[in-house]
This record gives sequence, structure tokens and C-alpha cells, in this order.
Amino acid sequence: MTGLLADLAIGAAILALAAGMVAARSAFTATAFFIAYGLLLGLAWVRLGAVDIALTEAAIGAGLSGVLLLTAAARLAARPVATERAPGPLLTALIALCCAAVAVAIGAAILSLPEPTPSLAAEVAANLPATALGNPVAGVLMSYRALDTLLESAVVVLAVVGVWSLTPPGGWGGFPGPFHLRVESGPLALLARLLPPIGIVIALHILWVGKDAPGGKFQAAAILAAMWLLAWMAGLATPPRIASRRLRFAVSAGAGLFLAIGVAGALAEGAFLAYPAGWTKALVLAVEFALTASIAVALALLVMGPPEEEDRA
Amino acid sequence: MSATLYGLLGAALVGIGLFGLLARPSPLLRILAFNLLGGGVFLVFGAVARRGAGAGFPGDPVPQAIILTGIVVAFAATTLAVMLLLRLSAEGEGRSDPP
Repeated sequence: MTGLLADLAIGAAILALAAGMVAARSAFTATAFFIAYGLLLGLAWVRLGAVDIALTEAAIGAGLSGVLLLTAAARLAARPVATERAPGPLLTALIALCCAAVAVAIGAAILSLPEPTPSLAAEVAANLPATALGNPVAGVLMSYRALDTLLESAVVVLAVVGVWSLTPPGGWGGFPGPFHLRVESGPLALLARLLPPIGIVIALHILWVGKDAPGGKFQAAAILAAMWLLAWMAGLATPPRIASRRLRFAVSAGAGLFLAIGVAGALAEGAFLAYPAGWTKALVLAVEFALTASIAVALALLVMGPPEEEDRA
Repeated sequence: MSATLYGLLGAALVGIGLFGLLARPSPLLRILAFNLLGGGVFLVFGAVARRGAGAGFPGDPVPQAIILTGIVVAFAATTLAVMLLLRLSAEGEGRSDPP
């Protein structure tokens, strides 16, 4: 009963925040709603028994997206982009009607799902000992659906390439993102000194327990990226220039190692991304650590953005 | 029970996000609305995962892992969209077009 009440409260709050976001007049208000929405969505994922997703949603959906969107809202308020004309009242009503129809159709599909639900949980449980991992989600990510994870890590690298390609003329090869003056006092200066050591330990813990409990590389990488961004915004850490070979290696090493192990599996075991028997845990751990480092660097670079026009060196 | 509830919430978020994407003219609000739409799709998928609980797991781990991947990819796409928008605003700075 209390569970149902909690679900109803979380659901109503998420719905109210989503409606507020779409109705908001300013981008700032909408972004503030979006951060709150991300945190509440994390709670919804806990209620759905998906703690792995809850951690990711809180760290990436609310944390990193929040930093990105708040910065963007501030810069767009200073230099607005030409916007299209809003649709008239008749067209708005028509759009609302069509969107409501889509929502009702999906809702009807949810209500008419087959009973019992087809599930792969039993097969995952039966084959989990072969992966030497205790966390079923990690088993799926690193073993059964390793191809998805490999493609996903490549997408993150490509996104960094895409963001860097937006460098304005004259900025190529420079420091990523806007320059931050060193903050000497105030909450940011304090937190940027206080949090990173704690955050790094928590991230490594989440990475390490991810084998057997909720956690893993994405969550750990998001926390590490947040720690780097915190030090960057306080002017304590200057990121390397995007021309730096070491930085480029750091971004691509995880996906590269994963790909190399996949090809080695094709040669040794006859199937792409097959792990040789007895080596599974060691290889999975190697990929997890390399991917954590690469994804952390890539996520931070994505939030920092491309270099600015003038080279400040 | 909570699976159905959150599935319906996901359906509502898809509708709200789609509306924001089509009806709001501000580009940043459109990016936010697109994220709402994505969040709704993930929730619908998560509700299906929850219904597939079994073998001692609180939910079917296969959709859960794919949602996890999806959140990271959605974030990468969002950053790219936001950076495109910021570049557009920087480009328009020197010009003084009529609105």
C-alpha cells in the first residue's frame, strides 16, 4: 500500500515537472525542471527494480545534462538564436490532440501486454556463471550484448569528434570549452577542492562492485567526469589541448581495446567478441577499466564543448 | 502494479515530449522535449523489463542493460545538439537580421 502511494507520488511529480518543462517560458526554468525530473526518474527506476539504471539516470540524466543545459541556457540568453514562429492556437490544439492519441495508444499497448510476459531473465540466470559476473546487467552488457556496448562506446568517441568539429575558425587544436578563471572563494571553490577525492573513491568503488552489484563503468565514468568538470569550472584544472595525442588516445583507448579483444575472440574462439574460456573475468575487467577511463574523459569533453575562437596560450 | 503505473507514465511522457518538440519554438526547449520523449520510451521499456522479473532478478536484465546503453547514447546526442545550437548562436552574433 505504501509502495503504491510512493509510486503515485513519484509519478505525479514527474508528470507535473514534465508538463512544467514544456509550458515553461524561459529555458532556465525548463532546465531546472529537467534536473529535478532526472532525479525523480532515478527514484522511479529504483521502484522498477533497476538500480543500475537509477544510478546512471541520476549521474548522467540529472547531473551532467544539468551542467550542460544550464551553461547552454546562460549562453543562449546572452546571444539568442532566431526562433521560428510558434504555431497558432488551432494548430497547437491539433498537435495536442495527435500527441494525446500517441500517448493513449502506447498506454493501451501497456495495458494489453501478454501475460505471462516473455522474459530472458531465466536464460540470463542460467548462463551467468559462465561470465564469472554476479551482476546480471553487467553480464548482459559485457557478454551477451557486448556488441551493443562496443557500438555505444564508439558512439561516445564519435560524439566527441562531432563536438570538436564545431570548433570555430582559428580555434582548432586549442583548449576545449570556455576558459574559467580561478575561483578563490565561495561554494564552488570549496566543493571543487573537497569533493574530487571523495568522488574518485566512490567512482572506483562503483566500478569495482559493478561486477556483482548494481554499478559499473557508465556510472563510475559519469562520476569521474563530474569531478573533472567541477575542478575545471573552478579554474583549478586546465584540460589538455584537443590537439594533444595523449588526450585523443585517452578518448579512444577503451573502444579500441574492446574492439581488439573482440577481434582476438574471432581469431581464437571463432566468434567476434567471444572470450576464451577461463579468461572471461580478466578480459571483462580490463575492458571495464579502460572503458571507464575513456568514457569519463569523453563525457567531460562533451560537456566542455569545442575550443573557443581565440587561442589563449 | 508499479510496472503498469510507470508504463503509463512513460506513455504520458512520450505524449508531452512530442507536444513540446512540435509546439514550442525555442530550440533548447525542443532539445529538452526530445529528452522527455526519450525518457518516456525508456520508462515504457523499463516497465516491460519489470514485468519480466524472474529467476531471482527484480527485472529482465536484457532490456535494463539496453536502457543503460540508451541513456549514454541519448546524452551524447544531446551534447551534440546543444553544441550545434551554441555554434549557431555564436555565428549569428555579428549579424543583425530582422526577426
